[in-house]
Amino acid sequence: MNVQDFVEGIKRGDRRILAKAISFAENGHPIAKEILRQIYDKTGKAQVVGITGFPGTGKSTLVSKLVEEFRKRGKSVGVVAVDPSSPFTGGALLGDRLRLNGADVDKNLWTDERVFFRSMGSRGRLGGIAKKTGDVVKLLDAAGYDMILVETVGAGQGEIGILEVADTAIVVLMPEMGDDIQVNKAGILEIGDIFVINKSDLEGAENLERWLSFTLSLDSSDSAEKGSANAERWRKRVIKTVATRGEGIKELADAITEHFEFLKRSGTLEIKRAERTKMMALEIAMEEIRAEITKRCSNLLLDSKDPYTIAERILKDIIKI
Amino acid sequence: MEKIRVLIAKLGLDGHDRGAKIIARFLRDAGFEVIYTGLHRTPQEVARAVIDEDVDVLGISILSGAHIPLVPRVLDFTTQYGGDPNEIVVVVGGTIPTEDIPKLKACGVDAVFIPGTPISEIIKFIKQKVAEKRRDNL
Amino acid sequence: MSELLERIRERKKEWEEECLEPWISKNERKLRKFETLSGIEIKDIYDPSDIAHIDFLKDIGYPGEFPFTRGIYPDMFRGKIWTMRLFSGFGTAEDTNRRWKMLLEEGETGLSTAFDFPTLMGLDSDDPLADGEVGKCGVAVDTLKDFEILFNGIPLDKVSTSFTINPPAGMILAMYTAIGDMQKVPREKIRGTIQNDMLKEFHAQNTIVLPPEPSLKLIVDIFEWGIENVPKFNLISISGYHIREAGSNAVQELAFTIADGMAYVEAAIERGIDIDRLAPQLSFFFNCHNDFFEEIAKFRAARRMWAKIMKDYGAKNPRSWWMKFHVQTAGCTLTAQQPLNNIVRVALQALAAVLGGCQSLHTNSFDEAWALPSDEAVRVALRTQQIIAYESGVANVVDPLGGSYYVEWLTDKIERLAWDYIEKIKEMGKGSVLRGVLKGIENGFFVREISDTSAKYQKEYEEGNRVVVGVNRFRIEEQLRIPLLRIDPEIQKRQIERLRKVKSERDSLAVMENLKWIKNCAESGENLMPAIFEAVKSYATIGEIMGVLKQVYGTYRKPIII
Repeated sequence: MNVQDFVEGIKRGDRRILAKAISFAENGHPIAKEILRQIYDKTGKAQVVGITGFPGTGKSTLVSKLVEEFRKRGKSVGVVAVDPSSPFTGGALLGDRLRLNGADVDKNLWTDERVFFRSMGSRGRLGGIAKKTGDVVKLLDAAGYDMILVETVGAGQGEIGILEVADTAIVVLMPEMGDDIQVNKAGILEIGDIFVINKSDLEGAENLERWLSFTLSLDSSDSAEKGSANAERWRKRVIKTVATRGEGIKELADAITEHFEFLKRSGTLEIKRAERTKMMALEIAMEEIRAEITKRCSNLLLDSKDPYTIAERILKDIIKI
Repeated sequence: MEKIRVLIAKLGLDGHDRGAKIIARFLRDAGFEVIYTGLHRTPQEVARAVIDEDVDVLGISILSGAHIPLVPRVLDFTTQYGGDPNEIVVVVGGTIPTEDIPKLKACGVDAVFIPGTPISEIIKFIKQKVAEKRRDNL
Repeated sequence: MSELLERIRERKKEWEEECLEPWISKNERKLRKFETLSGIEIKDIYDPSDIAHIDFLKDIGYPGEFPFTRGIYPDMFRGKIWTMRLFSGFGTAEDTNRRWKMLLEEGETGLSTAFDFPTLMGLDSDDPLADGEVGKCGVAVDTLKDFEILFNGIPLDKVSTSFTINPPAGMILAMYTAIGDMQKVPREKIRGTIQNDMLKEFHAQNTIVLPPEPSLKLIVDIFEWGIENVPKFNLISISGYHIREAGSNAVQELAFTIADGMAYVEAAIERGIDIDRLAPQLSFFFNCHNDFFEEIAKFRAARRMWAKIMKDYGAKNPRSWWMKFHVQTAGCTLTAQQPLNNIVRVALQALAAVLGGCQSLHTNSFDEAWALPSDEAVRVALRTQQIIAYESGVANVVDPLGGSYYVEWLTDKIERLAWDYIEKIKEMGKGSVLRGVLKGIENGFFVREISDTSAKYQKEYEEGNRVVVGVNRFRIEEQLRIPLLRIDPEIQKRQIERLRKVKSERDSLAVMENLKWIKNCAESGENLMPAIFEAVKSYATIGEIMGVLKQVYGTYRKPIII
């Protein structure tokens, strides 16, 4: 099979070909670059929603419920679930694949033709994972999925990077996490567009909601998107859910759709995506440069001892190119 | 070698998951990417996951005696959904009588592991077989 | 007394310094840590100083009296040998009826029913999800008709029957009661057990249909109905067997089982049930694993703990403090390699169960790592019990190991470790074990504990530190040469045909009305059993009844915790 076959297969909606293309992108196979380059014009239709939050907040159930809800609204949904790989062994236990609790298990998302679920390991590349995820998202986009949900765990630097690939960023919290400080530190409040308090039937939900609303209202930089001529701002939402019972899901889905409308209406979407393309191009270039430099570094280590001299020599070399 | 992706599946109504969970854990510790399906999966669901996740290995755990007809059905559906079972390494573990092993192998199962098989042996087999299949698929 | 103890302690020290240590160094023995299977560190030898903290009169005492450490009856097996009850079932009701009659002829003294997976999960044999599974690992039961065939020629007033069934337990109890009525057996003569223990399903066994709260409600409904309608029938078998099979150790098995028992009692009390009326109809079910003395200590500790617990809950009748339990030898210790070795394993495990004072016992067959037991294999399993009962003499004295320094020390130790867990669970529930257990189910506490122990065991096995004879040591090249039981693939067809016939011949209107009645009770919160009983009698299927319950209560999928 050649690049053309893959490109056509993806556009046609062939799941196996899509799955294989995703693997190429994950593995950084050279053919992936070509496929991505060729399908790029077919992308841009889907709304990409990033969902992050600490472990135990019930994200997987929430994601499953959202998929169910969007299916009800006639949308096709792709899901990418990113899980951390062990830094020691490289192994990972991936994606708690779509799981529905409660009634309605007749609606089986696993065999729904218009749902695609893919589990990814971070493979220890906290930096590069954002790019790889972005590639996978593009492939799903080209395959025609209306909504693409990207689920990641935690709220560290790597995970925030993943949210950069999203149009809409959702942060999932739960009562009694005791992590208000952590949330603050991680910069999550800036990056989130919608905040979900899941397991909101637990004690402390009201307090968390109040604290969150208050803190968000203080943050004045929230959605004055850079360079946006239109002064319209996105009012960050706080939504309470009990995912296992399906409560709050409709409101969440509404908010997600509203956010997309806002982005389109205010011109922010274009700006954001251009930003992202620039960022990805930068990352792609940086990856190549990094590889080159690393190669040269090992050679140069034989000559000079101090890092400053080595760096100087590398730069001279590259700039020459 | 590129990351090895494994789907560990519990097929049918069988609720015994001790073995499947242990295998998942140990495979993860051996550096594999493991997707565990959880209990009560139908052949269609497993086949769907095999294709969408583009796994290198499918491991089925079944202790209910229902391995025939359920295991062959997974491979049938995989073909039906556009996949090629020959491309992946298929292993089965559980209470499988010796006389059923040839039947399973004829459907495309690469190995049947009886209770007590050291996991290190299973890992070795998987790595070997995956390398073989990757060479063949080129 | 304490002067003697002092002298003993001194003597022991002397022995260690003058006898043991020189011996060890002279024989160049490598010092290593010795532990029970559950990780309790054990010494070379135990003496009176090790059990000086145990009060014979208060903690050990005599059988038939609080705290029942030595047995619940004063004369135990001298009065009546434990019930030899072999778990069995496969194919259709006829196949199982045949196997049962053979076992009764061979000397089994109680029946025990294994159901197939569709039945266990509340599905009919013609359900798409049942395809390929009908009759494979137990008997297929869809309607009362199957029970009529199952118990054909088996008088319910002469034999007691145990049913390993959980989500559909109420339906099965209804069916058995209906058979008793058909045979004109007085209700108070209907004896047996339904497992009916959903909490352990959530922890370990996974035959789950409804979510935790409705599952619990149904169980308490069965308690309410059962104490009125079948007063001599065990309405629950609070189980640790499956928890152990899933990979826990003996302490966890004991602790989690007792915690579940406490949860059920608290739920019954909340419903307003008189604890002294319910208690005689509670029973327990434990595993018997490889560590001989640890298992015996576990059983003794279990009895002592439960007696104290029931007293604390306010049970006044001494009968309410008894812990009656059934034991099954550990399935997970059976090997596929050199299967005849399993006969020895089962014999030792069965012996431990007897020395531990069980009320009824199931011994596994040697071929069960491969398939359901063949006739020959199940006969050997039964003979194992009979040889212990009639040839070995161990049944002639009550609690013969009582007073052993090691066994009393270990009994006490296991009890303390189990109490630690129970305290933790109580804390999780802010003072209520019931809430604690439900919380533990929600947050994966039990599953995680079991899974971690299971992984630890596997690691020890892989590293060669845990020997399994014939598997990782003393292996041979072998060709399996034992005859195996095969399930006829036609069974599914036959069962589906029977189901179709029953459905065509029954009064469909009555069935519909009864199902509607069940739905109304479920929605209003009333006791479901009267409606279930009527439905079962009108030949409603298990799948139909479960279907109604699923509609009202929803279903449940366990979170994945590896």
